[in-house]
Formats: sequence, C-alpha cells, structure tokens
Amino acid sequence: MIDLSRRKLILTGLAATAGASGLAMAARLAQKYGLVPPDHGGIYGLGETLTFASQRLLTRHSLAREFPRSQISPRPFPNQLAPLTEDFKRLQAGGFAEWRLAVDGMVDQPASFSISELKSYPSRSHITELVCEEGWSYIAEWIGVPLSHVLHLVGAHPQARYVVYDSMEPDTWDSIDMADALHPQTFLCYGMNGHELPVAHGGPLRMRLPRQLGYKNIKFITRLTVTDSLKRFGKGVGSAASEAGYAWYVGI
Amino acid sequence: MGALKSAQVPVEAYISSSVSTAPVTTLPPRHSVLVRVTHWIITLCFFALLLTGVEIVISHPRFYWGETGNVLTTPLFQLHIPSSRALVPTGYGYVLPDQNGWSRALHFEAAWIAVLTGLLYAISGLFTGHFRKDLLPSRADLSWRALSTSIAKPLRFERPSEAEASSYNVLQRLTYIFVIFVLFPLVIWTGLALSPAFISAFPASVTLLGGRQSARTIHFFVSVALVLFLLVHVAMVCLAGFRNRTGAMITGGTAARKEHT
Repeated sequence: MIDLSRRKLILTGLAATAGASGLAMAARLAQKYGLVPPDHGGIYGLGETLTFASQRLLTRHSLAREFPRSQISPRPFPNQLAPLTEDFKRLQAGGFAEWRLAVDGMVDQPASFSISELKSYPSRSHITELVCEEGWSYIAEWIGVPLSHVLHLVGAHPQARYVVYDSMEPDTWDSIDMADALHPQTFLCYGMNGHELPVAHGGPLRMRLPRQLGYKNIKFITRLTVTDSLKRFGKGVGSAASEAGYAWYVGI
Repeated sequence: MGALKSAQVPVEAYISSSVSTAPVTTLPPRHSVLVRVTHWIITLCFFALLLTGVEIVISHPRFYWGETGNVLTTPLFQLHIPSSRALVPTGYGYVLPDQNGWSRALHFEAAWIAVLTGLLYAISGLFTGHFRKDLLPSRADLSWRALSTSIAKPLRFERPSEAEASSYNVLQRLTYIFVIFVLFPLVIWTGLALSPAFISAFPASVTLLGGRQSARTIHFFVSVALVLFLLVHVAMVCLAGFRNRTGAMITGGTAARKEHT
C-alpha cells in the first residue's frame, strides 16, 4: 500500500515537472513562431492563446470548404449596420467612384487604389459560408482581389507580421496576421453572387476571410496598414472588437 | 463487490496489529486523488460552459438543420426566450444586454481546461485500470434483474446499500461510461465542428454531422443531455447522503472509515 502511494506520488511529481517545463518551452516557442495573439493578456488569455496557437499549427494552409453554386443561400442575411455616415453617403451618391483604399506602413510603395483599379487586378471568387459568432450563417459567392496580390503590388516588407484594416464605419478596425493576410481565400471583396457587393453587405469593399467568424470580415474598408507590431494601434490588442471584449482571433 | 473486499483486508490486518487510528488513512481511498481533482476541475468548467453556453444561445435562440440557417430561413425549432440581438424575432418587446464577448472567451477557455483535464483522466483511467475496475460492469451485472433493481431502488427513494458506498452499481457504471465515452466526446466533436478554421483542416468533422447548423443543434441537445445527467447525478448523491458522498469526492474517504468512527 505504502509503496503504491509513494510510486504514485513520484509519478505525479514527475508528470507535474514535465508539464511545467513543457509549458515554459511551449511559451518560448510560441513567441518565436507568432503563435501568441495580441489579446493574450488577462484571465482569458490562456484560452485565446491555446486556440490561436493550435489552429495556426493545424490550419495555417488549410482551405475553407467551398460549396457548389446550388448551395448559395437565396436570401443572405446582412446583419445590423451602424447608421451610414455623411461621408459614406456622399461617396455612395457618386457611385463610389471616389472611394479610395489607402495602403501604407511597412511597404516599399505606399499607394491608394480606386474600386475600378482593384477590379482591374486578377479577380477571384469562392463560394463559402459566412458564419456569425451568434450562431447563424449563410453561403454566398464572394468576388474580389486576393489581399496577397495587393500586398505584393505595394511591396510589403518580409518583416511584416500583421495587416491592420480600417473601415468607414465609426470605431471599426481590425487586424490579421500574415498567415491570414497571404491566405489564398482572403479577399478584398467587391462582388457577391455575380453582382456588385451590396452596401448592406459592406459594399463597395469589405474584407473577406472565410476561416474566421463574420465580425472579422469588416465592411467598408478604406485603409490597410502593414506592420510588425500591433502595440501602436488603439490599446494594442489588435482590434476594436478585442478592445470591446471580443476575441481577436476567431477561427474559434 | 471486489473493491469492497480488497478494501477490507488491510482493515482487519490493522485491527489485529495496532490500536492507533492513523493507519486508517492508508486505506485505498474511495476515489483516487486524480479522480477527485479532475472531477472538481471538470465540475467548475462544466458550470462555466453551461452559463456561457446559455449566454451565447441567447444571442440567437433559433436552431436549424443542415449547413446554413439565419433569421431569413425557417428554423428547426426556436426557444421562446428573449434575445440579446434586436434582429432576432422573439415576440418580446425588449432586447437583453450583449454578454457574448466574455461568454465566448470563457466558454473556449473552460473547454480547453475541461478537455485537457478530461484527457488526463481518460489516459490515466486506462493505465490504472479505473475504467476496467470501477466503471466496466461485470458480465453478471448486465442482467435485467440487476439493472431493474438498480433502477427501481432510487425510484422508491431507497438509500443505497453499504456495498454501493464503495462500488458503483450497474446502472451507475453504464451511465458514467455513456457520459464519459459518448456524451463528452460528442459535445467536443460538435463544438469543434462549429470552428471555421478547424473544419477547413478537417472538413469531414462537419460533413459527417450533416452540416454546420446540424452540428450546432446536436451540440445543444448533447448539452441538454449533460445537464440532465448533472441533475440526476446530484439527486442521487443527495439520496445516498450528500455530506458523505461529496466528502468522499473531496477527501477521498473510505468505505471502512465510517465503521470505525
């Protein structure tokens, strides 16, 4: 009996030591390989980091499921919009001809693109599901230019680690790491189901990345900033959503 | 039965050799340290998951079958509760405050801790023989007689026998095995099947369930089943003696301890 419990005690001790040193090593490696999300602080940081790190390790290059055209939802639900600003309405009245997407930060050539310029680049589409954190979803065909194409055009620096994106919607901005920014299904999206992207769905330009939840797919994109650190943006936790208590990484 | 007998041998040995009460604590505990620690960690996680799961459901208390579903499609069913989102038609004239931010963060953190703890429990359970000795029913116990007795006794509010204080009856064994090896894996699987990144790498995890909305609906029903288990589990603990049984899950306890006090 005594031998048994002593053996158990030693085994438990060994397991705990192995676990602790394993954790310490994992933390060092995670920092090195960009597996720590900007909102890793606070009581929920452990869960956020475990999710982001494990999904980056398992799903860095995986492709979101694409669906046959027959599965496109007949009535895609556009969700609630904040009231459109006067600036937006003015651009809308002009058919968005004056809409500009500025690209700056760690790039060789900062640039600004009109919607028609973006449309002149190779157009890609995928039929994928948009999934809201609330639980609902729909499938649509999304048309746009891969974000990676625009990043190559402006010469994003190899040290870049994140792309920050701003919206015309007040207090709305977000960011993604380069794994998502360079992912072939991540679009600057200007079309939906064979038509222009409706304003209700974020037209003239929205971010579209099907491997993360809907709220990461920000509407009315006006600016991209390439950076190696998110510390200087807002409170340094990577997005307006994470400042409001919603996770930065939502591949969930 | 076997567990009770083996527990009694050292008691008799000790009675004949010593009058000190100290050696009593060296009896094999009713529940091993690992079972007790993992039990309470998972209990805490379960309550966190339940509370936050309810909060998340409140933001969209409608359930669908198949791949997609939203307020513009027909639900399979909906819960007649108010919602924390204005665009969900609930029939209520008000909207509840949004609690999804922290609820989601805590839901996933608790899920991580529960799954890692559960893995530790499952792997150690295989190696220590916990599943084989404590949970796998013996062939003799798998009779209708044994089953119907174990069902009928609590229904008559009969307290369990002394033997059952140190070993699970066949109904308990089958229930625990079902919860550990069917409900827990299913709730983890259906949860993972909701993750757009996870299913991009493992698409079969969601197609096998009939689509992402089906996965969400199954996740809900398995959670309801787990809550029902919790209610019955706590009711049975109360019937058997709440202080005694809960104490055993905290301190370890032994079947013999009571006889010597």
